[in-house]
Amino acid sequence: MTDTALTTENLAVTYTGNREVEALKGVSLEFPANQLTAIIGPSGCGKSTLLKSLNRLHEIQPNVEITGDVLLRDRSVYNTDEPVPELRKRIGYVPQKPTPLPLSIYENVAYGLKIHGRCDSKDELDERVETYLRKVNLWDEVKDRLDAPGAELSTGQIQRLCLARSLAVEPEVLLCDEVTSALDPISAETVEETLADLKEEYTIIMVTHSMDQAKRLADEVVFLYLGDLIETNDTRSFFENPQHERTQQFVTGHTAVEYTESSEESGADSETVPAER
Amino acid sequence: MDRYAKQRLFGLLARGSAALVVAVMVLVVSVTIFRGGRVLLTDPAIAVTPPGSRYMLEGDGGFLHAVLGSLFIVVPATIASATLAVSTAIYLQSDYSSERFSDVVNMFLNVLWGTPPIVYGVFILTVIIAVGAQTSLFFGIIAIGIFQYPIMTRYTDEALRSAPDTVREATYGLGGTRFETALMTLRAAMPGIIAGIIMGFARGIGDAATVLFTAGRSTRMPAGLFEPSTTLPVLIFDQAMSFNAEVRSHAYAASFVLIVAVLGLIIVSKLLAGRYARFAPGGRNS
Repeated sequence: MTDTALTTENLAVTYTGNREVEALKGVSLEFPANQLTAIIGPSGCGKSTLLKSLNRLHEIQPNVEITGDVLLRDRSVYNTDEPVPELRKRIGYVPQKPTPLPLSIYENVAYGLKIHGRCDSKDELDERVETYLRKVNLWDEVKDRLDAPGAELSTGQIQRLCLARSLAVEPEVLLCDEVTSALDPISAETVEETLADLKEEYTIIMVTHSMDQAKRLADEVVFLYLGDLIETNDTRSFFENPQHERTQQFVTGHTAVEYTESSEESGADSETVPAER
Repeated sequence: MDRYAKQRLFGLLARGSAALVVAVMVLVVSVTIFRGGRVLLTDPAIAVTPPGSRYMLEGDGGFLHAVLGSLFIVVPATIASATLAVSTAIYLQSDYSSERFSDVVNMFLNVLWGTPPIVYGVFILTVIIAVGAQTSLFFGIIAIGIFQYPIMTRYTDEALRSAPDTVREATYGLGGTRFETALMTLRAAMPGIIAGIIMGFARGIGDAATVLFTAGRSTRMPAGLFEPSTTLPVLIFDQAMSFNAEVRSHAYAASFVLIVAVLGLIIVSKLLAGRYARFAPGGRNS
């Protein structure tokens, strides 16, 4: 029996802007520790909303209402006196768009360590920065230009820098929002390899557009459709023996409204692409 | 008229208006630089000598007192105003204020920006009279500071708004507090903020109407915070109105100093902004 890192209890999120949108309609889930869980589903089905509500990151935008709860190791994330930044330290987040902080490569990784007071000396900081850059296989590419702006790296390198930056905070859980979708295929592969290495040590929850990526990387798959949890299972059973009709349609690429191409027809390596792009 | 003729006509209009603006600018700058430069070359000492007793009548002495007067007013005013402007602009962002509130404040700031500077001058003058004081550096600093504040706030607000929201999200995602996130966004917006502060400085040092009634006039070196002091724009106005040709020529020399200072500031701001722009996400290479 694997132990559970994160649990959601009837989690519902509503955007209350000009038009009220129920993005998540009461989702109860368990995310196993030290495994990689992939959240899949068509565009606009609440994948990113679910991810961001796990560390309360959706709260930084206005007009969001939330009910239900999230438990991190049996302690409530929402009903607590602990300041939210302390929670986000434990549940890290890697954004979809590779975004360097407006700092040098070195400072990007050191930033989290600094704000959380994790390092006492410059030597220790240097050492940690190197450790995390090595962890994401970026050290050899950047070790000679650590003072260069993070923004001058390639997008693939920036995304690995973002991973290193999040890891440096030493989170227990890492939330990854379609971290390869903005990357070229080769960079995407490098980032995937990095994630595959990391899931030994961290609980990773990843939103992805690509079923192939979920198949390759995930231990568990969560399928959302229009804010509802449709099915969750271990990766093998999920793809080989989907229980729900909607999952079957999605897995075989026959949810015709959102997807034009099926992944089987277009070859094993291609991603399913939403039609509206 | 067929489509291509319309296109050519529009192209002509666009090029014509651009050429007109550039021509006027080049004319103003070059006349000032050549005429002022010639005066300065013939008698470089006027830039650094204090005014003599009869300098308004016979061109006795230089305009160092006005250069210093301007700097003593604009430097402190810019520092104070920029501090307030950056704080206000941070407060107007979505983490601190509702969209409606910041819209209303921005509307007021636009009105203030559009207010003719002479109005600030007269307003501070009534304050001076009310408290029974005299015109001085101190009130000049206050008037220029108020004049610069909306300019710098609007620039900073725009810069913060156009900084990518992903920087904010990433900083929060790393466990940053609201304040740490605001500082990070500030860094990302630095090129725009520097531009705004330099713009405020340039407008402040070049404005005559605000300081006319508040800092006053003086034919001596600035003597203290609560003593009247001439500034460059006021000096240029006074000298250009003079009957004496030599005094009028000094107005060109003073204009030369002012215009070179403003050009220099803009170049410095470009260089500074460029240094920060390298670090901005989506900068040079992406």
